[in-house]
Amino acid sequence: MSELVLQVKDLKVSFSTVDGVVQAVNGISFDVREGQTLGIVGESGSGKSVTASAIMGLINRNSADMSGSILLGGLDVLTAQEREIRALRGREAAMVFQDPMSALNPYYTVGKQIAEAYEVHHPKSSKKERQLIALDMLAKVGLPKPSECIDEYPHQFSGGMRQRIVIAIALVNNPRLLIADEPTTALDVTVQAQILELMMNLQQEFGSAIILITHDLGVVAEVADEVMVMYAGQTMESSKVQTLFDTPSHPYTRGLLGSVRSLDNSERGALHTIAGNPPSMISLPGGCPFHPRCEFASSMDDLCSSVQPTLRVLPTTGSESACHLNDDQLLSLGRGVIHD
Amino acid sequence: MIAYLTRRILFAGVLLLAVSLFTFLVFALLPTDPAALTCGKACTPERIEANRTRLGYDQPLLTQYGKFLKGIVAGRTYGEGQGEFTCGAPSLGYSFSQKDCVTSLIARTLPVTGSIAIGGFVLWMIFGIGLGMLSALKRGRWPDRLISIVSVVGLSFPTFFLALLLLFIFVIWTQILPFPSYVSPTEDFFGWCQALLLPWLTITIISSPYYIRLTRFGMLETMNEDYVRLGIAKGLKRWTVLRKYVLRSALIPIVTVAGLDFGATLGGAVFTESIFSLPGMGRLSIKAVSDSDLPVLVGTTLVAGTFIVVFNLLTDIFYGLVDPRVRIHK
Repeated sequence: MSELVLQVKDLKVSFSTVDGVVQAVNGISFDVREGQTLGIVGESGSGKSVTASAIMGLINRNSADMSGSILLGGLDVLTAQEREIRALRGREAAMVFQDPMSALNPYYTVGKQIAEAYEVHHPKSSKKERQLIALDMLAKVGLPKPSECIDEYPHQFSGGMRQRIVIAIALVNNPRLLIADEPTTALDVTVQAQILELMMNLQQEFGSAIILITHDLGVVAEVADEVMVMYAGQTMESSKVQTLFDTPSHPYTRGLLGSVRSLDNSERGALHTIAGNPPSMISLPGGCPFHPRCEFASSMDDLCSSVQPTLRVLPTTGSESACHLNDDQLLSLGRGVIHD
Repeated sequence: MIAYLTRRILFAGVLLLAVSLFTFLVFALLPTDPAALTCGKACTPERIEANRTRLGYDQPLLTQYGKFLKGIVAGRTYGEGQGEFTCGAPSLGYSFSQKDCVTSLIARTLPVTGSIAIGGFVLWMIFGIGLGMLSALKRGRWPDRLISIVSVVGLSFPTFFLALLLLFIFVIWTQILPFPSYVSPTEDFFGWCQALLLPWLTITIISSPYYIRLTRFGMLETMNEDYVRLGIAKGLKRWTVLRKYVLRSALIPIVTVAGLDFGATLGGAVFTESIFSLPGMGRLSIKAVSDSDLPVLVGTTLVAGTFIVVFNLLTDIFYGLVDPRVRIHK
């Protein structure tokens, strides 16, 4: 097996607000290995982005309560000194943000912003050297005429081009892990495909592992190896990507898959939706957080509303699922049939 | 950039012309007869009429405005023969009640007002931005709370009360400072600072709270920007992110306000000058109002307006220099 790049264990993050304690992430664990692409899927507010920020050490410890561990580059990000985390950023893990329109500093040329990122981990490099690196990166992310682009300002580029520049900044130090937080959400569909393809190609070239955070199952199907489905700050299901789409092993996953229109599916009826709304992160329901919206919860007596299910491996598919339904029932979810 | 500059300068020119027309019209439309005010108790109808002709108040409005503008460029000669006198360019008119050309009246008061404005401006910017930064960096903790309480107190003081309070504390009670006066900075720099410290302090206490709030708000807002988070995610040092990412954009709106405020203060710190009896432009205007000295009033208004327009132009140019989006647009 290839080397572990990131190991998250029982991560919990909560914020105190005037309305109460927001439990953004409630005990998630996952590993990322070299060259692997992990997709993290969930609705808005499921704790995906908070998880990403926590890995980068971007969450202010004074404003949040965090427990568990995040092992990255031989350090636990949750307890390491700011100075130590700074050495990890850019080199061990780099980040691509959701909105390329606001992710670049409007007051500096894009060349300077790439060079600056390089300088952080190569403080002895010469200005000339950094300039060449910036040119090279701009070419690698597919910007036409890099020698002209390098002296232009972010506002002179389109959204897709800016996202390419953000990716160039992220990859300039050849990081072992690239965290992409909804990298295509703010882009047009055609540009989305280009950016995803670019990321895949660059992953081949740079050998980085990728965590791809998205709410778009289509994107996950396209690029991920493994998928983790999050709901209310917890892992509902974690599987290989093919397995997830063929045999979803959690009612929530099945609900998500059901709410996507597929091309093979010629039905013209209304899309399936998951009834209800995601829970308030301040007062999570007891037991399984999904039970108020789960169509199977009523058939389980009070089990779902009182006992929180733990992740367990399903032997036949190798998926992990946090659900009280038994193995056979979970396996039959994919066929849309459930035995009472 | 050149096109941007040209556009801005042209616009400033048009604006100045509009300011001059507007002040002139106000002057002309006031119900007071400017000729009647030229001689006071000694007035006889003949004298009033003579002065009216001498000052050109008998001519049509448009002609008067034309002469006024011409006077600014080329100077102006009033009357003819024995009673002839000239106000050199740029002439803003002649004040009968002060028996002097408006331009020389303003020229005498300008160094005083300029001194008050410059010293006050430097101090209030240092305190405003410095404390604002501290406040933002320590948000929610005691330095932030303390600064916010102090600045609300400062903001709520009426200028005249604060000035009197400072006068009492520093001049009468502890006698640390002399009563404010005007000393030429080129002759005695230290004396200049000492003599004007109280007016500066007054302006600083009144003005900096606003800048504290502006800096604090701007910084906190910028800190939430994605590009600041990206800067941190790059692994940049905290101070580098603060300097290149946060301050750079947080200070731009502050400079805009500061330019306008400085321009306005140059037009006369009315309250401060009056209380400390400093012979500045603010006091000149006040005196002109109470004496119905219309030429002086028009002159000071025009000069004050010009300062604002000029500093507005300077901030526009500054904007173009620091923000590439302004510079390259169009």
